[in-house]
Amino acid sequence: MRSKFDEQLNVLHVDLLNMAYLIQNAIQNAMKYFFEADIEGAKQIIKDDENVNHYQKKIENICFNLLIQQQPVARDLRTITAALKMVTDMERIGDHASDISELVIDMKDCPILFNEGKFKEMYSDVVAMLIQSINAYVNRNMDLAKEVIDMDDNVDQLFESNKEDLIQLIHNNPEKGRAAVDLLMVNKYLERIGDHVTNIAEWVIYSLDNDPENKEE
Amino acid sequence: MENIIEVRDLNLFYGEKQALKNINMDIRKNSITALIGPSGCGKSTFLRTLNRMNDLVDGVKIEGSIKIEGQEIYDKNYDTISLRKKVGMVFQQPNPFPMSIYDNIAYGPRVHGIKDKKTLDKIVEDSLRQAAIFDEVKDSLKKSALGLSGGQQQRICIARALAVHPDILLMDEPTSALDPISTLKIEELMEQLKKNYTVVVVTHNMQQAARVSDGTAFFLVGDLVEFGSTKQIFSYPKDKRTEDYITGRFG
Repeated sequence: MRSKFDEQLNVLHVDLLNMAYLIQNAIQNAMKYFFEADIEGAKQIIKDDENVNHYQKKIENICFNLLIQQQPVARDLRTITAALKMVTDMERIGDHASDISELVIDMKDCPILFNEGKFKEMYSDVVAMLIQSINAYVNRNMDLAKEVIDMDDNVDQLFESNKEDLIQLIHNNPEKGRAAVDLLMVNKYLERIGDHVTNIAEWVIYSLDNDPENKEE
Repeated sequence: MENIIEVRDLNLFYGEKQALKNINMDIRKNSITALIGPSGCGKSTFLRTLNRMNDLVDGVKIEGSIKIEGQEIYDKNYDTISLRKKVGMVFQQPNPFPMSIYDNIAYGPRVHGIKDKKTLDKIVEDSLRQAAIFDEVKDSLKKSALGLSGGQQQRICIARALAVHPDILLMDEPTSALDPISTLKIEELMEQLKKNYTVVVVTHNMQQAARVSDGTAFFLVGDLVEFGSTKQIFSYPKDKRTEDYITGRFG
């Protein structure tokens, strides 16, 4: 019974994990190259984003085939719907890693090491959230997914705090304005990545939750 | 909306074997209810209790209550002729009588004493129209119904069932012998019919249940496991056995 269906679902899960691994590396390396002003590394990230896009298309195709061939219902339908929505957010995360890398390429000044600690905390937070949300999906663990949503609050606070610091920096050192604006952009990209990961966690909860009351809006 | 069928504590035995176990179910007027479940689960047996077709089976014992429009149909004084008029039935294999299309449809009304040709003409035309087949056969009403395609024959059978003006239409896998286009026509017809009738349909086609019905009931070895809105059953089934069946995890 339905062994082919389970096999296809397994392929879908493996590809989601592979795609998550790619975007996790992309965020980590984008931030590393940002602080090191490594233009070659940044170019490589933009190039590698093609692989992320490739996985998005591949996973979408798997989902469409599953919808056509298996006409899934109930939990199966939610699992596949969630995967289709999750890959869109994952692809956007990949784009933001590329956005950060483009800033590195265009940077005129060396990135200022101002408040590097807060940025590092922010990107290690979003990476941890990403890993946990994918773990929640694969292991069908709703509690892990709910924790991810809570973790985004800290990312939002760091974003606000960084923004205030940068406004102060521009005020005190107008000559560092351009670098400060670059940092503000990175700050925003990281905050957006946190939002996309939160979306992923919400789709994980949707796929696991068996209570229609939580969805009727 | 009011209930047209109310089933309470229904048990049915074929000899020693219990085929329906303590079924309780309310069916709303002008709705389509799909009965699903694996072969031998009791869904067709249940369908046949609604017009007392099981009475014809040797050794059958039925306990409990079924009320249609508030009247107990298993009451010994209940008139089964009027029950069969009130509750029409369409079977898996199209089974037109070996006579003309016109006579197929007029058969029931004639049995019930209608002789006037104008009245019969109107009933035949109305019934064929309601079964969405009038335009296809209006010029060949005198021809044998057996010359029609399977899908057309099934719509003739639906028209024949409608000709005696039932309130309820029972359908036992009405499209399982039909091609996809004929199936679609019957499904669209069901949607039309529920304006005037209450439809209860047994189907093995899960997508059909999801497409056409308002409520879905899942039967398993004589138990009514779960009965709810079709949307709820196919998106958030409450019982694990329902989920396992509709997602194909059974077996």
